[in-house]
Amino acid sequence: MKYSALTVLREALRGHKGWKSAWRDATPAPDYDVVIIGGGGHGLATAYYLARHHNVGRIAVVEKSWLGSGSIGRNTTIIRSNYLLPGNIPFYELSMKLWEGLEQDINYNAMVSQRGVYNIYHSDAQRDAYARRGNAMRLHGVDAELVDLPTLKAKIPYLDYTNARFPIQGALLQKRGGTARHDAVAWGYARAADALGVDIIQNCEVTAIRQVGGKVTGVETTRGFIGAKKLGVAVAGASSLVAAMAGIRLPIESHALQAFVSEALKPLIDNVITFGAGHFYISQSDKGGLVFGGDIDGYNSYASRGNLPTIEDVCEGGMALMPMIGRARLVRHWGGIMDMTMDGSPIIDKTPLDNLYLNAGWCYGGFKATPASGYCFAHLIAQDTPHDVAAAYRLDRFAEGRLIDEKGVGAQPNLH
Amino acid sequence: MRIPCPHCGSRSLQEFLYHGDATVQRPKDGGAAPTQAWTDYVYFRDNKNGPHQELWYHAAGCHAWLVVTRDLATHEILEARQV
Repeated sequence: MKYSALTVLREALRGHKGWKSAWRDATPAPDYDVVIIGGGGHGLATAYYLARHHNVGRIAVVEKSWLGSGSIGRNTTIIRSNYLLPGNIPFYELSMKLWEGLEQDINYNAMVSQRGVYNIYHSDAQRDAYARRGNAMRLHGVDAELVDLPTLKAKIPYLDYTNARFPIQGALLQKRGGTARHDAVAWGYARAADALGVDIIQNCEVTAIRQVGGKVTGVETTRGFIGAKKLGVAVAGASSLVAAMAGIRLPIESHALQAFVSEALKPLIDNVITFGAGHFYISQSDKGGLVFGGDIDGYNSYASRGNLPTIEDVCEGGMALMPMIGRARLVRHWGGIMDMTMDGSPIIDKTPLDNLYLNAGWCYGGFKATPASGYCFAHLIAQDTPHDVAAAYRLDRFAEGRLIDEKGVGAQPNLH
Repeated sequence: MRIPCPHCGSRSLQEFLYHGDATVQRPKDGGAAPTQAWTDYVYFRDNKNGPHQELWYHAAGCHAWLVVTRDLATHEILEARQV
């Protein structure tokens, strides 16, 4: 069923009895040409772009829980491509371009809203760093502008411009950045992939990867063995655990990241704002809740829940930037598990096993990357060569010393 | 989370700094040549779920480096000892 204004009108007249499931609840076939482990944003996007652009035969996505139960549903929904390093900018800009055409492409309302991302700066040195970042973006054809203080004050009057410790001097603005509805991204890709014949198999946990002579033959799951000519792993948060099933060790630690939503308020923050003197980012959802977050908790975890000192730290960042939110009450907070790599950048690469492909290490920036990650991972699986814009995300870059370290903090996953 | 420092007793998480996996071993060859052992030491981790031995520094306390064994699935601390 194609969604359109006409179908909405027709269903309204028929009492909404004609809507069908957005995707089939597939049962696993004995074997597939490509199996993707992980029914989150990246896995579903990969399956969709594989089916859409590459002739690879039958495709399945296996998910241990329900579809979209991991980080795709546990993030602050920000999309942007304001990166600094040459290995990153073209990739994230491809992602931004895919976001811009996503809803028409998959015929699903993902509520992509290019409301602008403001990175606030607080010192001369930070202004220079942001100007440099903006210049790097513009050299790669990405939009960026440095906003001076009077313009910023007129646009966002409610920031604390009198804060003596963190004086606001201006901002780096990416107008094309913004937010998208995170769950809808998973649902939209699932529906579009299903329509192209992809089997989405939920509640099907992979328990082992079967291999013969350096080649993967399939996966053992809680719903039986599923054969695979090619196997893609897109299980951020659990990448080390799944890679270990194939005897592969990764340059990744798993860490918890928390995010927060306040009670619903009237329209107030009509863009994405980040605090430059600490780590705090905020936007407002269409339901009115303030959606915000900060740093990861700082130590390895698989527990999907966070600690109170981090909550205090995030809220202090918010109070330093916009004290008006101090009286808003928190409604929800949650934790998700992040693949923190040793340089803060992802991995989309082949592995020592011939037909096993890895998509991992998204740190806490995976949501904005969802379309390009799926697009490039599909290219890698189908063509056996990396896509041009993802060519730097190699697994061997750590041994080679070709790190992509946006923050410049070295091999300290808890600091990226 | 509270960490039972062997010198100071049970103290708040905020007094400590984290330094990751305590089981990786620094190669003893001086590092003149790049080797797989160095790559493994600097970058690669087992990152298993369950009990995890990790380094914590009691920065706002006795300044001791501790090896803490903590269950990553529950955050329960099983042991804390001086390095």
